[in-house]
Amino acid sequence: MSLTTDPNIPDPDGFYARLIACHEGLSEAESAAVNARLILILANQIGDADMLAQALEMARHPGQ
Amino acid sequence: MIHDRYQLAFRLYPYERAADQDAKTPVRHPVVVMGGGPIGVATALDLGLQGIPVVVLDDHEGIGQGSRAICFAKRSLEIADRYGCAAPMLEKGVVWNLGKVFHDDRKVFEFNLSPEEGHKFPAFINLQQPYFERFLVERVRAAQAAGAPIQIRGRNRVEGVTLHDDHATLEITTPDGPYSIEADWLIGCDGAGSPLRGMMGLDFEGRVFEDSFLIADIRMTNDTFPTERWFWFEPHFKSGASTLLHKQPDGIWRVDFQIGWDVDRKEELKEENIRARLDAMLGEVDYEIVWTSIYTFQCRRMQKFRHGRVIFAGDAAQQVSPFGARGANSGMQDVDNLGWKLGLVVRGKAPETLLDSYDVERIQGADENILNSTRATDFITPKSAVSHCFRNAVLDLAEHYAFARPLVNSGRLSVPCNYDVSPLNGVDALPGSPPCTRPGSPCPDAPLDDGFLLDRLGGDFVLLGLNADLPDTLEEGGIAVRPVSLTSAQDGSGALSARYLGQAASGVYLIRPDQHVVARWTAFEETACRGALRRACGLE
Repeated sequence: MSLTTDPNIPDPDGFYARLIACHEGLSEAESAAVNARLILILANQIGDADMLAQALEMARHPGQ
Repeated sequence: MIHDRYQLAFRLYPYERAADQDAKTPVRHPVVVMGGGPIGVATALDLGLQGIPVVVLDDHEGIGQGSRAICFAKRSLEIADRYGCAAPMLEKGVVWNLGKVFHDDRKVFEFNLSPEEGHKFPAFINLQQPYFERFLVERVRAAQAAGAPIQIRGRNRVEGVTLHDDHATLEITTPDGPYSIEADWLIGCDGAGSPLRGMMGLDFEGRVFEDSFLIADIRMTNDTFPTERWFWFEPHFKSGASTLLHKQPDGIWRVDFQIGWDVDRKEELKEENIRARLDAMLGEVDYEIVWTSIYTFQCRRMQKFRHGRVIFAGDAAQQVSPFGARGANSGMQDVDNLGWKLGLVVRGKAPETLLDSYDVERIQGADENILNSTRATDFITPKSAVSHCFRNAVLDLAEHYAFARPLVNSGRLSVPCNYDVSPLNGVDALPGSPPCTRPGSPCPDAPLDDGFLLDRLGGDFVLLGLNADLPDTLEEGGIAVRPVSLTSAQDGSGALSARYLGQAASGVYLIRPDQHVVARWTAFEETACRGALRRACGLE
């Protein structure tokens, strides 16, 4: 199964605002920690090893 | 003595002595509007075309220079069309659909507004604000010639307001000295710095954005740029943290540079410094600088727009960031909303409390605009390192993957508000019909065999029948409803049916004078319809 790259988030502006709000008042180190935890939580939701590998590759080398 | 605070683009209402200035006691007027900008003049037009006498007071003698609001949305054009002045706006304006987004030296993606087919007006036109205002004033002149009771008094500066239970008294300065008038209703359309709001000591709280934007309107000698909206995040030419390029009529381009919070305004506005930014961006291009300005902004609104006999509209009531063109467009919706309600109240056909629904509906609109423009501002000018990191991650991904493109926010373009929580709404009793025309919605346009649907709606209450029988006349409490019967035979494109019937075979809509839906049913039922009308007029 391949990773979806089509828009899949309803109310994208609302999601983005909540994402930024989640970091409000945090130091850069605290924000990095939140981001790391968030990635692990979402990775667990995806679960599929192949999809996760594709996501890692996309994040590291966008467009390749 | 009244000094000009700004230069005029068009001197359209020079000072003339009014009879009120010679009256022994202050003359009482049903409606006085403070401010002769687009919102004040549109308010006068709405009321004057209803036959309600209205006096507009402005401390200048015409329209100020500077392009300022340059994007007028479809809904504003539809409202102007109801007033009879959209045609010159559309003729003069520039229609654009294609937008391109850049990051650094790369194009991230492009989008096409690709407007839905079957509307009389495009999604947007670009038009310098002075033209928009001039077409409104010219329409006032034509309406006056046809008997509309509108007065625009230039160089009349309101110095003081005294509020009473059932009227306001205004102290006015003119070149011939002071005089007073009284107003049953006073409408504050006197802009973001509203002197009226100040005189009344009213709140105007909100969020300050710590950034400045430099505007340069330039006339290109060699007009080779396409009619598109180009937006750069962190442009490689380093002329600003973000930059916007947008076309206006007369071969003029609007360039907006985001230049930071702590700037020396005088220094930045020197021509050589503006040219340095423009040259870095445009390269070897000849241009003439037409108008420049530096602006900062806040997102804020008054807690209430109605204060007894005083009602605020436009920038006086609310201020948003410019991203998304929600300032003047929101103000036009204020006028559209207030006009018919105030008309009914002045004529004694509806109670004053109907005006409280203006507060409910337009505060919903203001909050929607503030939310959208705040989000765009936060994306364009990230306030923290992590926000900046996410913003650039979105741009990096958007270049390659479609999923990230809806997250790119360089301004969500103004669309009219659906008054979902309005106390004026009636029932939604048309099974199978689409949500875009639910009660509270602005009526979407649709082509008919001989024109457009919106040409048939507005100005008064309309009972719209689609493949349905309607009565010849309907009146409730002195308020007449105009029946408009249409059938599928007039709907060659199918758009009318798609937007108003969906799966339903027939439908009946009660529609407000501002073209918003009150209620809808499968067929006409007199008791239900009368009830909905009474509710929409604040009579129950």
